[in-house]
Amino acid sequence: MTKGKVIGVISNLLMIEVDGPATQNEICLINAGKWLKAEVIRVRNNRVSAQLFESSYSIQIGAEVQFTGHMLEVELGPGVLSRKYDGLQSDLERMTGTFIEIGDSTDPLDYEELYMFSPLAKKSDHVTAGSWIGYVKENNIDHKIMVPISWKGRYKVVSVATAGSYRLKDVMATVEDEGGKTLEVTMVQRWPVKVPLTGYSQKLRPGKIFQTGFRVIDTLNPLMEGGTGYIPGPFGTGKTVLQQAIAKNSEADILIVVACGERANEVVEIFSEFPKLIDPVTGHKLDEKTIIICNTSNMPVAAREASVYVGMTLAEYYRCMGYKVLLLADSTSRWAQALREMSNRMEELPGQDAFPVDLPSTIANFYSRAGIVKLGNGQLGSVTFIGTISPAGGNFKEPVTESTSKVARCFYALSQKRADSKRYPAIDPLASYSKYIDYPEFAQYSDTHIQKGWVQQIKLLKNYLRVGLESRDQILILGDDAVPLDYHVSFWKSELIDFGIIQQNSYDPIDMRTDIERQRYMLNFILEICTMEFKFKDFEEVRTFFKNLINRVFQMNFTDFQSESFRKYEEGLRESLPDKAEIYENQSIS
Amino acid sequence: MKTRAFHKTYTRIEQITKATCVLRATSVKYGELAWVNDRPAQVISIMEDRVTLQVFGGTEGVSTQSQVVFTGRPPSLKVSDLLAGRFFNALGQPLDGYSVITGEERVIKGAAVNPVKRAKPNTLLATGIAGIDLNNTLVTGQKIPFFADPDQPYNEVMAEVALRAEADKIILGGMGLSHDDFLFFKNTFESAGVLDKIVGFINTSEDPPLQRLLIPDMACTAAEYFANDKKEKVLLLLTDMTLYADALAIVANKMDQIPSKDSMPGSLYSDLASIYEKAVQFEHGGSITIVAVTTLNEGDITHAIPDNTGYITEGQLYLKHDSDIGKVIVDPFRSLSRLKQNVIGIKTRADHPLVMNALIRLYADAMNAKTKKENGFDLNDYDLRCLAYAKDYALKLLAVDINISIDQMLDTGWELLQTHFKKYEVGIKDEFLNQYWKK
Ligand SMILES: Nc1ncnc2c1ncn2[C@@H]1O[C@H](COP(=O)(O)OP(=O)(O)OP(=O)(O)O)[C@@H](O)[C@H]1O
Ligand SMILES: [Mg+2]
Repeated sequence: MTKGKVIGVISNLLMIEVDGPATQNEICLINAGKWLKAEVIRVRNNRVSAQLFESSYSIQIGAEVQFTGHMLEVELGPGVLSRKYDGLQSDLERMTGTFIEIGDSTDPLDYEELYMFSPLAKKSDHVTAGSWIGYVKENNIDHKIMVPISWKGRYKVVSVATAGSYRLKDVMATVEDEGGKTLEVTMVQRWPVKVPLTGYSQKLRPGKIFQTGFRVIDTLNPLMEGGTGYIPGPFGTGKTVLQQAIAKNSEADILIVVACGERANEVVEIFSEFPKLIDPVTGHKLDEKTIIICNTSNMPVAAREASVYVGMTLAEYYRCMGYKVLLLADSTSRWAQALREMSNRMEELPGQDAFPVDLPSTIANFYSRAGIVKLGNGQLGSVTFIGTISPAGGNFKEPVTESTSKVARCFYALSQKRADSKRYPAIDPLASYSKYIDYPEFAQYSDTHIQKGWVQQIKLLKNYLRVGLESRDQILILGDDAVPLDYHVSFWKSELIDFGIIQQNSYDPIDMRTDIERQRYMLNFILEICTMEFKFKDFEEVRTFFKNLINRVFQMNFTDFQSESFRKYEEGLRESLPDKAEIYENQSIS
Repeated sequence: MKTRAFHKTYTRIEQITKATCVLRATSVKYGELAWVNDRPAQVISIMEDRVTLQVFGGTEGVSTQSQVVFTGRPPSLKVSDLLAGRFFNALGQPLDGYSVITGEERVIKGAAVNPVKRAKPNTLLATGIAGIDLNNTLVTGQKIPFFADPDQPYNEVMAEVALRAEADKIILGGMGLSHDDFLFFKNTFESAGVLDKIVGFINTSEDPPLQRLLIPDMACTAAEYFANDKKEKVLLLLTDMTLYADALAIVANKMDQIPSKDSMPGSLYSDLASIYEKAVQFEHGGSITIVAVTTLNEGDITHAIPDNTGYITEGQLYLKHDSDIGKVIVDPFRSLSRLKQNVIGIKTRADHPLVMNALIRLYADAMNAKTKKENGFDLNDYDLRCLAYAKDYALKLLAVDINISIDQMLDTGWELLQTHFKKYEVGIKDEFLNQYWKK
C-alpha cells in the first residue's frame, strides 16, 4: 500500500506527500500517537489533500501516513439496530471515557453475540447480490442475511448453515460463481458510504402515503413511502421538534436519525425518551427499531459529511431486507457548511455564498438515493427521507434550500410568524407543497384507501385557506367595516382550518398523533362547515360565532377519537350550526 | 523572557500582518502555543517549514527579528480549587497581583463530552423574572444568550440572573468588557457576598482584541473542572460574544479566507458551537449552564452572529424596550427556551404550558390590533380588549424588574385572562378551565 508523510496542516486539512498511487476518497491513516482517519479529497501528482476526521491538534509535520486502498465504509450486519454511532460508525456506548478523545474509535458490531439463524435458500438455488440466504432475529425484526451486495454475477448455492445460533463471522452459506470458484457468505458485509447501495431490481414511483401523524402533512401535503421531503426554517421555528415527532409517530419499520452538526442535548432527548416510548406501529419499544448517528456540532466537522452518508447506507441496507425505512437528517445545512469550510481551505473557486460549486449535484445525488424499490424476489422496500435545512438569516433564497428544492418532492416551510404566535407546527400551509398530490398513483391509492375524491377534497380545503388568507389581507388593508361581511366569513373559515386541522400540539398525548382515519373524518367535518353559507348581522357576530366553533373543534382534538367526550363536543358543535347556516350542495365535492 | 532551555527559539520572521506572522521553523505542531516577543501566539497553519502564527497580543511593534519561542503544546490553564475567588486575564494570569495558580495543566480546547454520557437536563433554574421563568423557563445544563441592543441593560439582568440561580460557582468570561462593566460585576458579586464563588477571565476593551479569542476556552476549562471533577453546578457567563466573533473575523480576514455572510468566517457556526456545546448536565449531578450576551446591531437578528448563535443555543432571551409601559421587557415572541418543555407542567404546575401559550397568543392578537391602530383603522371590541390586556401583561409579567414565584406568575396569568377575555377565546383545554376559571 501507498505510504506518505504529512507536509502541511491548516485546521483539519492535511497536505500529504505520497510514494505511490492514491485514489480520490480513499481513507488514509495518520500516525499521531494513535492512527487517525482522514479522507483524500484532492490528488495532484504526489501531493494529496486529505480531510482529517478529528481535531488536528498534535499533528506534526513529517507524521507517517498509510493508505488503506478503500473508501470510507460501513460494516453491515445484525446488531446495528438500537445502536448509537458517531459519524464514522463507532459505537458511542462502547467508548469508556466521559470525553471523546482524539482518535477514539470502537467496533460498530458485536462479533461475539450469538444470533438465531433460519435458512431461506437451499442448495442449488441460483442467487445474486442481495439475495436472502436466511435471516436472524434482531430485536423484533427478521434481519436478512444476504449475498454481499458488492458481488457481481450469478452464483449457485453449495450449502447453507442449518438453523441455530451463530456469530457474525461464521460462514452461513457457501456459493459457487460461474467459473466454479466457491465463496463464503457470512453475516457481515462492508459498503463504501458514498456509493449508492443497490441490491434491488428496480426503483418504482411512489404513490402510497407515508403516514406521519401530522394533519398538516398527511392531509394537506402528504409524503409518500419512498418519497423525499425537506423542512427549512429559521432557528427555533420547530424543525427538530417536527422531525422528532415524525420519528415517534410514523409508520416506519426502521428508523434512522442522523443528528448532523446540531445540539448534543437533542440526541440526549432521544436517548432518554425512545427506550420509554412505545412504537405505535409495532407495539414494541421505539428504540428497538431505531439507529442514531450522531455527530453533534462540537464533534469533528469533517465527520458531518460522513454521518449523513453512513445514515443513508444503513437505510438502503435495511431496504434490501424489504423494510420501510425512515431516514431523518437534522440538519443538512451543517453538512453543506462542512463542505464549504473544506472547499474554502482548499482555496477552490467558491460558488454562491462561498459554498462549493458542486453543492447542487451533491445534494441531488444524496436525495435520489431515497426511494421505493422492488427487490429481486419481488418484495418491496423503501427509504423515505426528510432533511431539515437551517438557512442563514432564515432566508430561503440561499444555496442549500434552493438546491434541495430541485430534488425533494415535499416542501414543509416553517414560518417565523407562525412560530412567534405559537401556531405549531409552524408549517406555512400555503407555501408548503407536496408534489405527490398530482401523482396519478396517489390519486388512485387515496381513492381506494382513504376515500373517493380525496385529492380534490384536499385541494378544496387548500382553496378555502387561500381565500381566507386573502380576505384577511384585505381586511387588514381596508379595515373591518370597509369589506363585505363575506370576507370576514372566509377569513374565519380559514381560521377554523388552521385551528382544527393545521395546528397540532406535539406535547399532548392524544393530539400529537392523528391517524389517517381520524384525519379523514375531520377533513369531511370541517369541509362540511366550510361549504355552509352563514347569515350574520355584523363582523362581531362572525367572530364570536367562529371563536366558539373553533374552541369546540380544538377541544375535540384533545379527546380520543369517537370517545364519549369527542362525540359530545361534536354534537354541541352541530347544535350550534343549523340556526346559523343553510347547507347547500357544493358541486366541487363528489 | 519565558525562554526555557529545551524550547526552540527563532529570530527570523518573514511576513507580518496585523494579526499574524509567518516564519520558517521545523517540528512544529499544529495548534501549539508560541511566544512572539513575549506575546502569546498560536500555530494556525503549517506548510512544510512555513509556519503561520496568530498573535493574540496583536503585531504592533513585532519586527522581522523578533524572538519566537515554541512551547510544544497548545494553550492551557492550570486548574485547581485555588481558581475560586480570582480574576485572570485571557492567558490565565492573575489580574489581582496575587500569586499564580498551581494545579493540573489542561489544554483549553478540550474534547467533547460523549453524548451518551450526558444526562437529560431537567432541573429548573428559577430567576424570579416572569419573562424568563414563565415564558422561557431555564434549566441547568442549558445554553442561552441574551439578544440585546447595546443600550439594553443586559449585563445587569445577567448579573441578577446569576445571583438568583443558586450556582456553586459563577464563571465570568468578559470579552471586550468596558472597565466600568467589569467593576460593576465585581462590585455586584462582592456586595452579594459571593466573591468566593466567582472565577473571572477578563479581557477589557483596553486589552488587545485578539486575546478575546482565548477567553471562552479558558472559562470553559475552568467550568469543566468544577462541573466534572468537583461535580458542582456551574453557571458560565459570557459577555459579549459579538465581540468574540468580531475577533474571529479579523483573524480570518488576515488569513485571506473567503468570508461568508457579513464578513464572518465560514467556520463561525462550528467555532461558536464548540464553546456553547460545553454546556452540559453530567449524570453525576455536576453541570455547566451557559448564559451569554450577543449584542445586536439595531435589533437585527438576521446578522450572521446572532443568526448562527440562535441555531446553536437552546433558545434566546430577547430584551427590548416597551414604550407603552416605559420598561425593559423580555420579548415573548422572539425569546425562546427550548429546554422549557423538560420542566414546565412537570416540575411546575400542570397548567403552566397552556397558560403560557394562551397569554402569548393573545399578545400576538394585541400586536395585530396595534398595527391596525397604527394604520388608522377603527378598532373593534376584541382589539381594544387585546390592547388593554397587552399593557397589563407587559407590566405584570414581561417587565424584567419582576421577582415572583412561578405559581404567582401563573395566578397572575389566569387573572389577566379572566379580566380581559371570555372562556372560549383563550384556547385552553376544558380540563384546566374548569379548575382555574373562577367566573
Ligand atoms: N409542535 C410544537 N409544539 C409546541 N412547541 C413547539 C413545537 N415546535 C416547536 N416548538 C417550540 O419551539 C422550540 C424550538 O423548536 P426546534 O428546536 O424544533 O426548532 P428548530 O427549528 O429545530 O431550531 P434550530 O434550527 O435552531 O435547531 C421548541 O423547543 C419548542 O419550545
Ligand atoms: Mg433544530
